[in-house]
Amino acid sequence: MWGMSVIVKKITQLMCALIFVYGIYIITHGHLTPGGGFAGGALVAGAFILLILANGSEYVRLKKQEEGSSMMESAALIAALVLASSGLIAGSMVFFNNFLPAGIPGQLASGGVIPFFNIFIGIKVAAALLTIFLALVIYREDISK
Amino acid sequence: MELMLAVILGFMIIAAIYAIHAKDLLSAIIAQGFVGYGLVICFLLLRAPDIALVQIVVETITLIFMVAVVLDSTRKELDVQVDRKQYRIAGLSVLFMLVLLFYFNRIIAPLDGFGEHSMRMAEAYAEGAGQTGAINLVAGVLWDFRGYDTLGEAVVLFAAAIGVVTIFRLTGKN
Repeated sequence: MWGMSVIVKKITQLMCALIFVYGIYIITHGHLTPGGGFAGGALVAGAFILLILANGSEYVRLKKQEEGSSMMESAALIAALVLASSGLIAGSMVFFNNFLPAGIPGQLASGGVIPFFNIFIGIKVAAALLTIFLALVIYREDISK
Repeated sequence: MELMLAVILGFMIIAAIYAIHAKDLLSAIIAQGFVGYGLVICFLLLRAPDIALVQIVVETITLIFMVAVVLDSTRKELDVQVDRKQYRIAGLSVLFMLVLLFYFNRIIAPLDGFGEHSMRMAEAYAEGAGQTGAINLVAGVLWDFRGYDTLGEAVVLFAAAIGVVTIFRLTGKN
């Protein structure tokens, strides 16, 4: 996959870190401000997709990245499921039980298990969108060979 | 505000009808993007920034995907020939829909009338959401009271990613 011109590459290098950090902020502050795992995960995936589109990538590295991202996706979904079913053991026997202390509302460390769910789902959504993108790119490279 | 909402919704309906009937697939995708971004403005007018944020990001990424697919394949729509057999199938499906509508009507009869909301669940959410400790009540409802919903959404995305990876694999493992 070929990269784009020097101007696009330079602007992407400047913007990409900002987009990535904004995505992380949206994920980790999901229980305080509008946003959450889905929106932040899509932003993080957008940062990666922008980098690959602007700079290009070689076939072998693309394959490796796809393996890693699909593994991340499955691991994050399993982690969310384990966290949800750990509510069955702790406290009252309810799936999706919020067993951690609620904390002071408005602080970053509050809301019990809700921030952890947001982080896991953020990783999952980012990895899923990146996997779909990489699968399409690899398909095109396979065809042109 | 409602007038503005109605105007935007009207434009969205026109764009959706155009997207179905357009002969050029690229212009169909652009019209479909108009529907998506119109939905963003609707969400903002209805004071739902959470969903507007998700909609704007997902809409942009899907538009990029679809434009890439159309530029790689063909821009012309296929000519579909309609023969007598398809009319029969269409008639049967309309009949099936009418039967479904009849039973749906009987199912929703005991519910509240049109325009009268049953606020029992909403009141429980509003009282209980503060106990989760999350200031963003939407996150509290999403991950505590309606966790099954959100888990289902996550699994749908997971299934979509697996499907794409499986379909677009030329060199199999065997």
